[in-house]
Amino acid sequence: MKSFTYERVHTPAEAAAAAARMPGSKFLAGGTNLLDLMKLQIETPVHLIDIGKLELNKIEHTLTGGLRIGALLSNTDLAADLSVRRDYQILARALLAGASGQLRNKATTAGNLLQRTRCPYFYDTNQPCNKRVPGSGCAAITGFSRQLAVIGSSNACIATHPSDMAVAMMALDAVIETINPKGKVRLIPIADFYRLPGKTPHIETVLEKNELITSVVLPPPSGGMHFYHKVRDRSSYAFALVSVGAILHKDGSGQIAVGGVAAKPWRNKSIEKVVPLGAKAFTEKLFAKARPTQENAFKIQLVERALEGILKEGRS
Amino acid sequence: MKFDKPAGKNPTDQMKVIGKPLDRIDGPLKTTGTAKYAYEYNEPNKGHAYGYIVGAAIGKGRIDSINQYAAKRAPGVLAIVTYENAGPLQKGMFYVDRLLAGPEIDHYHQAVAVIVAETFEQARSAAALLKVNYTRLKGSFDFKALKDSSITPKRGAYGPAPQSEVGNFKGAFDTADVKLDQTYTTPDQSHAMMEPHATIARWDGDKLTCWCSIQQLNWGVRDLANVLGIPKENVRLISRFIGGGFGGKGTVLSDIVAASLGARAAGRPVKIALQRPLIFNNTTHRPATIQRIRIGTKKDGTITAIGHESWSGNLPGGMSESATAPTSSLYAGANRMLHLRQAVLDLGEGNAMRAPGEASGMMALEIAMDEMAEKLKMDPVAFRILNDTQVDPAENKRRFSTRLLAKCLSEGAEKFNWNRRPDSVGTMKEGKWLIGMGVASAVRGAPITKSAARVRLNKDGIVTVETDMTDLGTGSYTIIGQTAAEMMGVGIEKVIVKIGDSSFPESSGSGGQWGAASSTSGVYAACIKLREAVARSLGFDPEKTEFSDGKVHSGSRSFVLRAAVKTEEIVAEDEMTYGELSKQYAQDTFGAHFVEVGVNVYTCEIRVRRMLAVCHAGRILNPKSARSQVIGAMTMGVGAALMEDLVVDKNRGFFVNHDLAGYEVPVHADIPYQEVIMLDDVDPTMSPMKAKGIGELGLVGVAAAIANAVYNATGVRVREYPITIDKLLGKIKIDA
Repeated sequence: MKSFTYERVHTPAEAAAAAARMPGSKFLAGGTNLLDLMKLQIETPVHLIDIGKLELNKIEHTLTGGLRIGALLSNTDLAADLSVRRDYQILARALLAGASGQLRNKATTAGNLLQRTRCPYFYDTNQPCNKRVPGSGCAAITGFSRQLAVIGSSNACIATHPSDMAVAMMALDAVIETINPKGKVRLIPIADFYRLPGKTPHIETVLEKNELITSVVLPPPSGGMHFYHKVRDRSSYAFALVSVGAILHKDGSGQIAVGGVAAKPWRNKSIEKVVPLGAKAFTEKLFAKARPTQENAFKIQLVERALEGILKEGRS
Repeated sequence: MKFDKPAGKNPTDQMKVIGKPLDRIDGPLKTTGTAKYAYEYNEPNKGHAYGYIVGAAIGKGRIDSINQYAAKRAPGVLAIVTYENAGPLQKGMFYVDRLLAGPEIDHYHQAVAVIVAETFEQARSAAALLKVNYTRLKGSFDFKALKDSSITPKRGAYGPAPQSEVGNFKGAFDTADVKLDQTYTTPDQSHAMMEPHATIARWDGDKLTCWCSIQQLNWGVRDLANVLGIPKENVRLISRFIGGGFGGKGTVLSDIVAASLGARAAGRPVKIALQRPLIFNNTTHRPATIQRIRIGTKKDGTITAIGHESWSGNLPGGMSESATAPTSSLYAGANRMLHLRQAVLDLGEGNAMRAPGEASGMMALEIAMDEMAEKLKMDPVAFRILNDTQVDPAENKRRFSTRLLAKCLSEGAEKFNWNRRPDSVGTMKEGKWLIGMGVASAVRGAPITKSAARVRLNKDGIVTVETDMTDLGTGSYTIIGQTAAEMMGVGIEKVIVKIGDSSFPESSGSGGQWGAASSTSGVYAACIKLREAVARSLGFDPEKTEFSDGKVHSGSRSFVLRAAVKTEEIVAEDEMTYGELSKQYAQDTFGAHFVEVGVNVYTCEIRVRRMLAVCHAGRILNPKSARSQVIGAMTMGVGAALMEDLVVDKNRGFFVNHDLAGYEVPVHADIPYQEVIMLDDVDPTMSPMKAKGIGELGLVGVAAAIANAVYNATGVRVREYPITIDKLLGKIKIDA
C-alpha cells in the first residue's frame, strides 16, 4: 500500500468537488475491493475521499412506480428490501449469490457496479496486464483463461466483470444516476454504462473523471418469473463461471442478461424475441460474435444449458 | 523403553480416559481466541520489527542486479537482506528448495529479499520499491510435455522403492481374461491451511529462538541450524499452536529463515507471516501426477496382474510423489509391477501433503477398480472384497498386523444403503438432479517412530507432560493428556500438557499420520517410569502397583497419588523406541468411503449429498477428535475431487491461481452430512497404546469415491481431476 491522504465528505457535490480538487483521488465506499487492491498496489490513489457518511443509503419508490436505490445502500440491505424481494426478485437472488454475508454487509450498490475484474493476471503485479498497466500486454490471453471472457474481448484484454448484481441490473434496465464536480446530474442506462476493453481496457465505464454515482433507478416492476442461476465450481463464495439472469413473461418473451462472459453483463435486447425458440437458438444468437479461448469455450454451452434449465422451470 | 514384542495387557486397557470422546483440553483457548499462534508472541519480543518477503518475479533465471536505493530510504526501513549480504546459506535436510534465491532463481516467488521495517505496512510498501533486474531463462514448466524425459528416481527416505516387480506382470496381464489399461491425472494441489507460515525470530547473542509454525520441531532445529550454519544447541523453536499444516509446514521454510536473517540484520526480533499470494509458489505443494494403471483378472474377478506407473515432476533432487504406494499391498494378485518416474520442473517444490503418495495414487487406482468392476459386471464392493488379502501380496509370508478392509466395505455398504445404487449409470433422477453412488477403499501406512516425553508429578497431584510434539488442530494436546491421565490413574483435569517447544524431550512430531500413535507411546514410556518412581516412593513393589481413581493401590494398601511426592515433585523421562515388529508385520490403516452425488442435468454442477467413512485404525484414542480428523479429511477429498487445481502458466512458469479466491477449496455449502464409523479394534503390534494414525486415512479414496459416484450418476467417466463442469458438459443428455 502506498501512503495516501484521506478526507470524509458530507454531500455528493462536495465529494465530486473534492475529487476535482485532488488529482489521483478515489472515492471510498465499502472498500471491499478498493482496499484489497491498494494493499497489492494495483490501485494507488494518493487521496481517498470517504463517501461512507453521505445520505445515499436509502431506497425509495419513484413517482413512476420504480425504485431509487441509494449508491451507498449495502448489498445486504438491498437484497433484504421488501419491494426488491417482491418485485425485483432477480436482483435479490443475484445479490445473495455474490460474495459472503460479511462482504455484502460492507459492499455498496455503486461499489458493486464498479468492482474490478478478478483476472489472476490483473492481481499479480509481476505479470503484464493492460488493464493494470496500460500497454504492458496481456498474459491471460495465452495463459490461464478458463474464468475469462468469451465475448466482447479484445487482443488487449479478456477480463470479465465479476458482479452478480450488475447482471440483474442489466436485465432490469436499470439507470445509473451521477453527479459531476459542477453539480450536473446525468442518467446513464446500464446498457451504456460499461465499456468493452478495445485498446483501453483500463477504462471500464463511461463515467467522467470525478463523476460520482448517487443512485441506481429501477423501472417499474415488469412482472414475470425471475431467475438467477449462477454456475460455479463450488457451491458458494466463488465468482461465476457463467450466470444467467432471466425474467420470463407469460407471452414467451424474456429479459436475459449473462454474467461471467464479458467485461460487462452481456445482454442483447434485439434478439430476445427468439427466446420462445429455446435456449439453443437464443444462445447461438447471443454469442454469434464470441471469441472464446480453448479453455473457456465451454462457457457458451454452459449458458445455453443454464438457460435451458431456466426455460424448463419457467414453462412448468 | 523399547517396544519389540506385541503389547500385552497394560494400563491403557482400562480405557477410563483413553477412548473417551473428550472435548479438546485446548478448546476453550481456541474458541475464546486466546490460543497464541506464532505471530502473536509479542510479549517476549518487545520492540520487534516486521519482515516482508519479496518473491521472485520470474519462473527461472537469475538476478542481474538489485537496486535497494529507494527501498532503503523508505520510511521505517531497518534492514534489507538479500543473497548479497545474507552470508552463506545451506539447505535443510528435508526440503531441497533454496530458501533465499540468488543469483539463480529456481522458481517463481522464491524469496529474493526480506525487508525489515518498523511496521508491517512500511515493510510491505518498501518491498514494492526494491528494484530487482532479472535475466529470464527458459524453464521447464510443462509437466505433460516433459513426461517422456522422466527417469526412475532414487529411493527417498519416506517413499516405497521406485520400481518393483513381483512374479511376471507382463505375462500375466497379457494372458488375463479381463483387462483394463487406463491413464489418470491428478493436478498440483496446495495445502491451503488457514494459518500462513509465520515466525517471530529473536537472537540473544548467538542463541536463536523462533516462535514458528512447524510440524516437526526436531527437523526444524536440525534444518535451521543447517541452513544458517550454527550449532543445533543454539536453536530453540516454539510452536504451541499451529493453524493447520497438512504436511506443508514439515520443517524450515522461507518465513523462518527470512525472520532469522532479518532479526540478525536489524538487531531486533522480527516477525513474518507469508502473505497469502506468496504461499502457493514460494512453499511446497502436492505434485501433479500422470498414472497408468493396468489390471488383469480371471473371469470371476480374481486379480492376476496389477501394474501401477506414476509420473511426477519436481525441482532437481526433490522427492517423488509415490502414488504407487497403495497398490503395493491393497489388493491380492500374484503378478505386480510398480514404477515411479520423475521429471525435472522449475516450479516450487513438490513435497508432502496429507497422505502423500496414497492420496494421489488412490485417486487413480480406485477409479480403475470401479472401471474393472463394471467390465466384470460385478458390484464394486464385492469386487474389492473378493480381492482382499490378509498377507502382504508383495511379501507373501508377511501378514498384516490387523486388516479389516472387507469389514469396512461390507459394513459401510449396509449402513449407506448401497443396495439402492442403480446398476446402470444415469438412471436415478430426482427432478433436475441425476443421482449416483460411489465407493472406494482407503489404505494408508501406519508408521510409528521414536518419541520421548517427560512427566512431572507435583505435591498437588498434578501431572505435567512435556514433549516437543505439535498440535496442528489435530487434537494432540488432548490425547497426550488422556494418555498421562490413564497411566497415572487420574482424571484429565489433573493433567497439564506442555508441547510445541524444542527444549522439551524430542518427540515424533506431526506428519505422515504418525504423530498420535508415536507421541502418546512416548508419554506412555515416561509414565511407566513415573509409576515406578511413585511406587518406590510409597514403598510398593512397582510390579504390583495399580493406579486408578486418583489413588495408588498395592495389595490392600492405597494412597492418594500426591502422597508419593515427598519434596517438590517427582520427574521421569523416557523415550519409546521400536524393534522389528514393523518388519514382521505389514502395518496399515484401512477404510472405505461411500459417497452419493447429484449432478445437475442442465449445468452439470456436482453436489455431494451424503458421505460415509468407515475406518479401521487400531485403538481410537479419542473418538471425537478422531472423527474431526476424518471429516476434515473427507472435506479435503471433496476439494481434490471437484475443485482443487493449482494451474500452471506454462509460458511464464508459475502457479497462476495463487490466492484463496483463485485456488478453491470446499466451503460449508459444499459439504453435506458426513458420517464416520470407527471399527472397534486394537493393534498390539504397534505400541503399548495399540493405536494408529487416522488423520490421513480419512482423505485416501474420497476423491475416487466421488468420481465413481459421478460416473454412476451420469455415465461420464472423468479420469482427469478435478472433475469440473466443463469435463461433463455436452456429454449428458437432458432427457437422460
